[in-house]
Amino acid sequence: MARYIGNTNDDRDKMLKEIGYKDIKSLFKAVPDSVLLKRKLNIPEALSEMELIKYIKSLSNENLNTDDYTCFLGGGAYDHYIPSAIDQLILRQEFYTAYTPYQPEISQGTLQAIFEYQTMISELTGLPVANASMYDGASALAEACVMSCEATRRNEILIANSVHPESRQVLNTYAKFRNITVKEIKYNNGQADLDDLSAKISNNTAAVIVQSPNFFGIIEDVEAIAEIAHKNKSLLTVSADPVSLSILKSPGEMGADIAVGEGQSLGNVLNFGGPYLGFMAVTEKLMRKMPGRIVGQTSDKEGRRGFVLTLQTREQHIRREKATSNICSNQALNALQATMYLTFMGKEGLKEAAKLCFNKSHYAYNELIKTNKFKSLFTAPFFKEFAVISEKPVNELNEKLLEDKIIGGYNLEKDYPELKDGYLIAVTEKRTKEEIDELVRKAGE
Amino acid sequence: MKLLEDLKYAESHEWVRVEGNKAYIGITDYAQDKLGDVVYVEMPEVGTIVEAGDQFVVLESVKAASDVYAPISGTVVEVNDELEDNPALINESAFDAWIVAIDMSLPTEVDSLLSAEEYERIYE
Repeated sequence: MARYIGNTNDDRDKMLKEIGYKDIKSLFKAVPDSVLLKRKLNIPEALSEMELIKYIKSLSNENLNTDDYTCFLGGGAYDHYIPSAIDQLILRQEFYTAYTPYQPEISQGTLQAIFEYQTMISELTGLPVANASMYDGASALAEACVMSCEATRRNEILIANSVHPESRQVLNTYAKFRNITVKEIKYNNGQADLDDLSAKISNNTAAVIVQSPNFFGIIEDVEAIAEIAHKNKSLLTVSADPVSLSILKSPGEMGADIAVGEGQSLGNVLNFGGPYLGFMAVTEKLMRKMPGRIVGQTSDKEGRRGFVLTLQTREQHIRREKATSNICSNQALNALQATMYLTFMGKEGLKEAAKLCFNKSHYAYNELIKTNKFKSLFTAPFFKEFAVISEKPVNELNEKLLEDKIIGGYNLEKDYPELKDGYLIAVTEKRTKEEIDELVRKAGE
Repeated sequence: MKLLEDLKYAESHEWVRVEGNKAYIGITDYAQDKLGDVVYVEMPEVGTIVEAGDQFVVLESVKAASDVYAPISGTVVEVNDELEDNPALINESAFDAWIVAIDMSLPTEVDSLLSAEEYERIYE
C-alpha cells in the first residue's frame, strides 16, 4: 500500500537546505552511531490496499460481536438498544473532538450540547449540579472520593465491596498517592452490610461509597446507608446505572451528596471496552469542589442566550498543583451520544427500556432456577442483572454456550473467590423471549 | 489605595486588627483590587489551629481561586458568616470585611508584622 506522506523528496531537500543540512543523516548526527539500527526492521513487506483490508477484516472477524451473538454478559458494560439516528448524527464532523471547547465564540453548538447533557444528568440523578462528564465510571467514582476527602478534610473512604471490582481498583490507585485510606464494607445477601458499615465508620471517614444497582445487579438500601453516613458527617457517593434511574428513586432523593456512574448504557456502543464516559452530579454545597468542566448558560452583550465554560478557577491551568483534579477535559463525543440517546428515548422511552430490562431479567432468572441447574445466590431485589450459582463450572458452561452463539454471563469467582461457580447474567431490553428461552434451554441441558 | 494606620499588615497582603488577645484578619484594599470580584469565600472551621504562614482561607474571584495565609498563629474562634451570602463585601470595603478571628497563641508575632507605611512600600 502506498504510504501517504505529505511532502515529496524535493520538499525534504528544500527543508534540509533551509536549516543547513545536506541530508537526513547529517540532521540526525547527534544520535550515536552505536545505537543506530543498521538493518531493515524485521516486519513484513507493505500490503496493497486490497490485501490490507482483507487481512484486517480477517482479524476483526475473530472478535465476537453482538450482531452475530446473543449477549448475556454485563458486569459494567451493557448491550442496550441504540436508536439508529445516533449512528448517523454522531458522524457529523462539527462534533469530532474529544475535548471541551475553550472558545465560546466558535463553539456554541458543542457547548449547548454539553449544557443539555448536564441538565439531563442532573434530572436523572436528582442532584442540582452536573459536570460535562468524566473519563469513565471508575475514574468518576475515584474523583468523587478525592473530592469528599477535600471537602470534609478527612482521609478515609469506606467502600462497599459490592461496588464494581475494577472501580475499586481504580480508587485504590488514586488513593495510594494521596494518602487516602480505603476500607471495604462486606456484603450480606448481596447488599452492603449495614452492621459492618456502622462498625467501621469513624470521624475519619470522608465518604461512604456504594453502587446501586451494585455489581451483583442488586438494589442497595441507599436511604439507610445515607442515614448512617450523614449521622457521622461523612458524605455519601452513589454510583448508579443511569437506565435504572428512570424507574428507581434517584441518588439525590435518597440522600446522596455525589452521584457518579458509567454512562455507556446511554447510547454508547460496547466498543470492546471503551472509550466510555463517566457522569457526575453533586449538591449545590459541593459545587465548587467538583472536578472537571462545567458549561454554564449566560447571555451575550446583545442579551441572547449563550454558553460558556464556568467555575474554572480551581482547574489546573489556573490553580496549578492546588487544582481540585488533574482532569481538564471531558468525554465530549461520548457525552453527546448519551445526550442524543436521552433525547431520542425521552422520559417515557427510557422508562420503558428500564421496565423491559427489569421484566426480562426476572423472567430469565425464574426460568433458569426452574431448570434446577442453577441455584439462587441472593434474595435481595435486582434490576437488570442477577447472580446465581451454576451447577456446571462457569467457564465450561460459557464455552458450550459460545458454540451456540450465546455470550454467557460473568464468572463471579474471578473477583469473589468465595462465590464458587457464581454466575452473573445481564438481560437488557434487547433480549427477546426466544433468546432467553434459548439460553435457558442450552444452559439447562 | 486605602490603608489604615492602626492596622498591621503581612507581606502576603492580609491585614490584622488586634482586640485583646483576638486578631481579626482580612485582606487589604490592594489585594481585593488585584483579585477582582470575589464570588466565594472558603472558610476554615472554627476550632482550627493555624500557624503563621499556613494557608487557611481560599478566596475565589472571577479570575482565580487564591490562598489567604494566616499572618499569626492561634486558633480560629470566629468566621465572618456575612461573607457567605455576600462575598462582595470584601471588594466594597476590604478593611471592614474581616474574614476570620484568631485567638493568638503567640501575641508577640504581631510585632514582626508591617506598619501601614512599611506595607505601602511593598506594593508601590
